[in-house]
Formats: sequence, structure tokens, C-alpha cells
Amino acid sequence: MSDITKLSLNELIKNIRNKKLSSTEITNSFIERSEKSKKLNTYVTDNFSSALEAAKIFDEKPNMDLKLPGIPIAVKDLFCTNGVRTTAGSNILNNFIPPYESTVTQSMWDEGAILLGKLNCDEFAMGSSNETSFFGNVQNPISENLVPGGSSGGSSAALAANLTPVTIGTDTGGSIRQPASFTGTVGLKPTYGSCSRYGIVAFASSLDQAGPMSQNVKDTALLLEVISKFDNKDSTSIDFKRNKYSSELTNNIKGLKIGIPNEYRVEGMPKEIEGLWKKGIEIIKDCGAKTVDISLPTTKYALPTYYIVAPAEASSNLARYDGVKYGFRSEGENLIDMYEKTRSEGFGEEVKRRILIGTYVLSSGYYDAYYLKAQKVRQLIKKDFDYVYNNVDAILTPSTPSSAFKIGEKTNDPVSMYLNDIFTVPVNLAGLPGISIPAGIDNKGFPLGLQIIGKPFDEQTILNIAYSMEEKINFKNNITDWWM
Amino acid sequence: MTIDLKTVKHISKLARISTDEKKANKLANDLNSIFKFIEALNELDTEKVEPLTSVADTKLRLREDKFEANNIRDKILKNSPDENKDYFVVPKVVE
Repeated sequence: MSDITKLSLNELIKNIRNKKLSSTEITNSFIERSEKSKKLNTYVTDNFSSALEAAKIFDEKPNMDLKLPGIPIAVKDLFCTNGVRTTAGSNILNNFIPPYESTVTQSMWDEGAILLGKLNCDEFAMGSSNETSFFGNVQNPISENLVPGGSSGGSSAALAANLTPVTIGTDTGGSIRQPASFTGTVGLKPTYGSCSRYGIVAFASSLDQAGPMSQNVKDTALLLEVISKFDNKDSTSIDFKRNKYSSELTNNIKGLKIGIPNEYRVEGMPKEIEGLWKKGIEIIKDCGAKTVDISLPTTKYALPTYYIVAPAEASSNLARYDGVKYGFRSEGENLIDMYEKTRSEGFGEEVKRRILIGTYVLSSGYYDAYYLKAQKVRQLIKKDFDYVYNNVDAILTPSTPSSAFKIGEKTNDPVSMYLNDIFTVPVNLAGLPGISIPAGIDNKGFPLGLQIIGKPFDEQTILNIAYSMEEKINFKNNITDWWM
Repeated sequence: MTIDLKTVKHISKLARISTDEKKANKLANDLNSIFKFIEALNELDTEKVEPLTSVADTKLRLREDKFEANNIRDKILKNSPDENKDYFVVPKVVE
């Protein structure tokens, strides 16, 4: 077979099942291409030799009934992997080797998948460009010196460059959908409570969700089917009846009502994004769905709310990194001094900034004015969605307010960096599922994505809409292998 | 409102992150621009709104009090920064 790495997940599985390809051949192909792609800086830790051993073992006694038979997959370095270093893109976890496995990754290995390696990400998933990683920038395979989005930037870049057939990321404010949009790939954030958070390095616990990233919607549906399940080890895991996302996938969306939110026409939005959105509306009508103008009045308050809630939860979650039980430790004159130096040297600038914001909004005298206020506004944001969902089945918006930007372009202005997530953040605050699909390119030739937002637990509907639109959009990524 | 140097130093202390003068100045600037952006929330009247803590409408589950992870003590201790046999080692706390 000429180029195995260009095959989709579903094609690879078909080839393994009818014995045209072995797991070893496939694993080898992705390893070889990854070795030639070091310039992209997608891997923090590779697992290549163990992956080849696992592939060999699979080939000796292949179980073709599994959902991911012998498929090598690299994952974001935020998932704890038993015995394999897990850094969360941070110096403070530089040497951390988890003694346990995250539920989501375990579900993949249980279905026959093989760990290919751990992919770069923004430090503790805090960032929109992968520039906050302790392990350096990731290059977007679309063009040199372009960010791959973030925080799942190593994942989106590795996927777009065909270094892994599919991958999983995590999404707290857009960290799956925005990098998918920047790299011409598909990314889905499930409903809060769908995929277990057990074993995922925590950022903001009321917002974090793991989700699939892939070349096409069908692959995303299959991977979601594998990772979405109830888990006793996560107290916020929800026991609801999950669809068989891949076998129930259909392009028949006739009669569905799709909301077009007026408030997403934000000031200063590039004409190309507006144009892409209009094109999306036409396509969705072509697919047989109806569009309805809707209003989500509190949209503009979502980002300010997020920048209180997420740092507050982060400051609590990251209190555990004190240089005592694991990770980096700096020397100090006494215990307090050791804590302060460890955290000052172990965390990067963006993480420290967010810990301080969080500490401030939770501190005595400011709690009501900031944290409580944000929780109340969060309620209003959720109610906006609850209300419109009485009348529509899903919502169509752009994924991001721009295409991928240059490395270094926004690092000095935190607020302009935060604005990247303007269309994705409301979805996390309301706990809804959202998917980004590639829908076109801008005048620089960089990909642009459209986002479909669903009702809680209704991943199937947004997958179906995405599947139906994908057929008509027929997007092809233009990757020239410029880094080789 | 503005966040001054004194406040930055105070919250750095609370967060156990040492911050020198130069960094504290830059942080004060960054935090002020972020909080200016956050202030927009004050436009909304939320007096009668219930705060939303979690979107997952679940009750905490009870389970039997038994441990499932067997024999991983060594693996856990191995991740600690200071060499030891049976416990975590930290700088002296009590004089």
C-alpha cells in the first residue's frame, strides 16, 4: 500500500480486518513518518518501541471484533498513561510517571488500540496556540511558523500531518474545537459528564471534557463510541443511554431545525468568517434542515465568566503541585520557601497568571464580587441555551473568529489570545456537546471551521449534521510536507 | 478598580508563588487588563439568579470504603523528588 498514513481510521480498520494490512505495518508507517516530522515538535514522549511490540503481539493473535483492532494512536499529554511519562506540557511534571491509567485511554486500549506516544499541549491545557508548553511551540503542518491552535495543539498538528490516524484531546474552553479548526480537522467536545475525567490532569473540573479528533466525522463517531461511557471513578460521570454513534450515523437530517444565533456576529469579525457561516447556512438548508434565527443574549458575557470560573478552579486544582509528592522541586531555606520557589520555577508564565487570577477571585472580600457573580452569569448563559433548545435541535456558528495566526503574534496580549475562544467557551459553560468541522479556507489558504452545538447528551444529532454537511463541503486539506 | 503591586504580592503569597519586583510589575499590568475585560459582568443584574456550580445534575454516589489499587506504593514514592524508602521527604518543618 502506497501511503498507509493517509488512510482514515475506518479505512485502516477495514484493511486490518480483511488482512490487507497488519498492525505492525500500520504502526511502522506512523512511526517512520513521525520520525521524519520532528520539526513539528508534536511529540513530548514517544512510545514507539513499546508500540511495535504491542503491534507484534496483536498480529500474532489478532482480535478483529474489537473496535480499534491494532490501531496505533498518539494522545494529548494530559492523559495519565500507566508507566509512560505524563507532563501536561509543564516543567513541574517533567519527570512524572503515572502509576495508573486514565479511564478514557484505558477504554481505547481495551478496544485494541496501541499507545503511539504523548502529544504536546499548552501547559496544563491553558492556552490557545500551544505556545505555553514547557516543551516549546508546535508547528502547524498547514504552513511554517503558524500555530496549530491550543491547547490540544500537538494533537491537531500530529493529526493533520498524518502522524497518528486519530487522537484525543481535552476541551475546557475550546481546546479541541479551536485547534481542529486551525488544522482542517474534525474535533468534538462531548456533553459534560460523557467521558470520564479520571486520570486526566485537571485544569477546571466543572468544564474539562475529553473528546475525539480525527480526519472525518465517521472516525470521530467511532472514537467517541469507544471513549464515552459511565465511570464510577469520576463523581461527575453521568449514567445516560449512549447511542451507537458510528452505526447510527446518518446523513439524513431532513426536518431538523438549526438555530443561527444573532449574537455570534461579533464586532470586527473578518468578512471571510461571516462568508463561511453564510455558506454553512446554505449547505445545511441543502441537506434538508431548516434554519431559524435565534438569540443568545448573554453570549458576550461568556468569556469574562470563563476567565473567572476557569482560573478559580485551576488555582485550587494546581495547589497540589508543591514539590513534595511528585514532580519538580526547587531547594528552599524552609518548607514555605521551597513551595514558593518550586511553584515559581515549575510553572510557566500563563499558568502562574491564571493561578493568581483564580486566587484573587476566590480571596476573602472578592469572592462575591467575582466568583459568585460569575457563577450567576453562568446560570444565565445556560438558561439562554435551555430556552432556544425548546425550539431548535442544534445551533450553527463559526468555530473561531479567525484562521490560525503566526507563532508569537499574540503572546504579549493575554486578552487578544483569550478572544480566540469566543465561540467555543459558551458551550463549555453550559456543558453542551459541540463539534468543529473544516468548512473552507481563507485568502491565505488556511482552514476555517464551523461549529455545530447540540442539546445535552445529543451527540448523535450534531454528528449527523456534521456528517451530512461534510459530504457537501468536501473539504481537502492541502498539506505539502514542507517540514521534511 | 486597579490591582496594585501590593495586591499582586499578597495574592502571590497566598498562592505560594514567589514573585520578584520586575515580574510583579508585569503581572499587575496583565491582571489589570484581564480584570478590565472581566468587569463587563457588572452590567448584568444577577440579584435574583441562583449560582450555577456544576452543569452535571448528579448526586454524589456512595461506594464501599475499600481500596482497589494494589501494590503501587513504590511506584507512587518513586515519583517524589527526594529519595526515600517508606515516606515523602520534605525540608525540616519544626525547629
